[in-house]
Amino acid sequence: MLEVRQLVRHYGAVRAVNGVNLHIRRGCCFGLLGPNGAGKTTTIEMMEGISRPTSGIVLYRGEPLGQQFRNEVGIQFQHTALQDFLRVRDVLELYRALYATALPLAELVEICALGEFLDRDTQRLSGGQRQRVLLAIALVNDPQLLFLDEPTTGLDPQSRRNFWQLINGIKGRGKTILLTTHYMEEADTLCDEIAIMDAGKIILQGEPQGLLQQQFGEAVLQLHSSVVQTKTLPLPYSEAAGVITINSNDVSGTIRLLQQQGIALDALQIRRRTLEDLFIHLTGHQLRG
Amino acid sequence: MRLSWQRFFALLHARNIEFIRDRAALSWNLLFPVLMMVGFAFIFSQEEQPLFKVGVYDSAGVGHPFLQSHYLQFIPIANDSELATAVTKVERHQLDLLLALDAPPRYWINSSSAAGYVTEQMLRASDAVMPQRQLVSGDEVRYVDWLVPGVLGMNMMFSALYGIGFVLVRYRKNGVLKRFHATPVTSLEFITAQICSRLLLIVVSAIMVYLLCDLLLNFAMYGSYLALFCVLLVGGFNLIALGLIIAARLRSDEVANGLINLLTMPMMVLSGVWFSLEGSPAWLIALADLLPLTHIVTAARLVMIDGAGVTTIMPQLATLTVMGLLFLLIGTLLFRWDD
Repeated sequence: MLEVRQLVRHYGAVRAVNGVNLHIRRGCCFGLLGPNGAGKTTTIEMMEGISRPTSGIVLYRGEPLGQQFRNEVGIQFQHTALQDFLRVRDVLELYRALYATALPLAELVEICALGEFLDRDTQRLSGGQRQRVLLAIALVNDPQLLFLDEPTTGLDPQSRRNFWQLINGIKGRGKTILLTTHYMEEADTLCDEIAIMDAGKIILQGEPQGLLQQQFGEAVLQLHSSVVQTKTLPLPYSEAAGVITINSNDVSGTIRLLQQQGIALDALQIRRRTLEDLFIHLTGHQLRG
Repeated sequence: MRLSWQRFFALLHARNIEFIRDRAALSWNLLFPVLMMVGFAFIFSQEEQPLFKVGVYDSAGVGHPFLQSHYLQFIPIANDSELATAVTKVERHQLDLLLALDAPPRYWINSSSAAGYVTEQMLRASDAVMPQRQLVSGDEVRYVDWLVPGVLGMNMMFSALYGIGFVLVRYRKNGVLKRFHATPVTSLEFITAQICSRLLLIVVSAIMVYLLCDLLLNFAMYGSYLALFCVLLVGGFNLIALGLIIAARLRSDEVANGLINLLTMPMMVLSGVWFSLEGSPAWLIALADLLPLTHIVTAARLVMIDGAGVTTIMPQLATLTVMGLLFLLIGTLLFRWDD
């Protein structure tokens, strides 16, 4: 449905996006992940047609972006203010009038659960309510492709989960979604496919579970380093911040080996790998701007 | 580029609601000019202007000993057309005496003007052959009558520049413009809607200010209401288009504010809002003629004080239209939704 070929964007001497290639299938919820400054927003804005690439091309249904694209996409930006002194109803009516065909107001209200504050001034909305209104604006034209740029940043856990429910509902309507997020749990819950971006490049792309399996194996075992004589460990492992981490496809076999080495297993933790592990593994532990 | 009327009216409607519900801005737009005019009317109602003004028409360069008198301001009159305007000014007490030195020498004074009487005595005392006396009559144009067209123009200027310039910069800064850019709305539809919305608000608020001030001050209006409406419409359009240039790309409120001040301050001083530039150096008058507010205030005064109709103010209307179209072209070419 949307294809990106060799996308590059320079800001002076800085190469914010450096040769990105992506292909987003119809009906897929695609997550674009990356640390701050990785180039996610710059990439997504070029895919939205909001900013122009220095080089490369974005194709929608095989064609360069044009009027059909404008009519068929919905966008929720990371930072958007609603106009002052308008009520939620006024805002939705305004955006409905900007498209040749639009969803009925009642349907938007139902999809995004806006009923209780439809006649409230936009300046008096909570963070979660505001995001729901912005989502409703993005859905106003019943888009085939929906861009969501960090839609839950700054929301409390309840609001975030409520928002996930809304997005799952939209997925259920067969829409294609492109989502950027900092929250790996969000990507894990919502995305069918992800791409991890760093320093302007896509460093990994695929289905979340497949990528985890490919990178780490089935499970991870963690022990405090004080209980382990690392020299005697007959397994590949990593050590960071006083914790020994072992990847394993055979948890029972690994535990047996540890017992044979006489290692105390009282504080052993066994868990499945998460996207957050993958993210940190690929993008490192350093702080980003 | 096609214009969708549905999108245009939706944007126009939303902007109008935004302004009408912003009670602080609405009150300020109406109350500020009224308070200013009432204040000035009060301050200047107590005393006469101390300086005597004499218009002098001397196309042949004949000269007259009276022209050597002290404490008088002599304003040269260039031709017959200006002479006719100057006679009207004597009627309105804007000139204390008008002296024409072509044959036969004549002078005009207003029979009800004390300053005219004193100036006439000075003319008699100048020990020369007295020109023929011509008497005119008419009500005095008070300072407030003279001030009203200027303050109406100034209010339009602030409303247009801040209403377009400041609002669009704020829209760009907080992402509203980017949000619109993501819809099928074209820049033509958006800009046209913003201009029409602001023009509508300027016209409505100017009419309300006019009526309110008339009720409180009973100021002079000798000309055609149609002509005054044309000044309002063309002047408003011109200033809005000027505001669009400021708003075309900026993202910073502070820079926009600075630029608006940079434009409004010279217009406040040089466009004749508070005092006349009559008799000022030619270069200063030429500089003032570059400013749209000068033409708005001049046209409004011609209508309200000198009783002009649409034909008389056609030069000012044409200048404002040409300037406005130029501003609009520049503003539209410069306009960017986001960065």
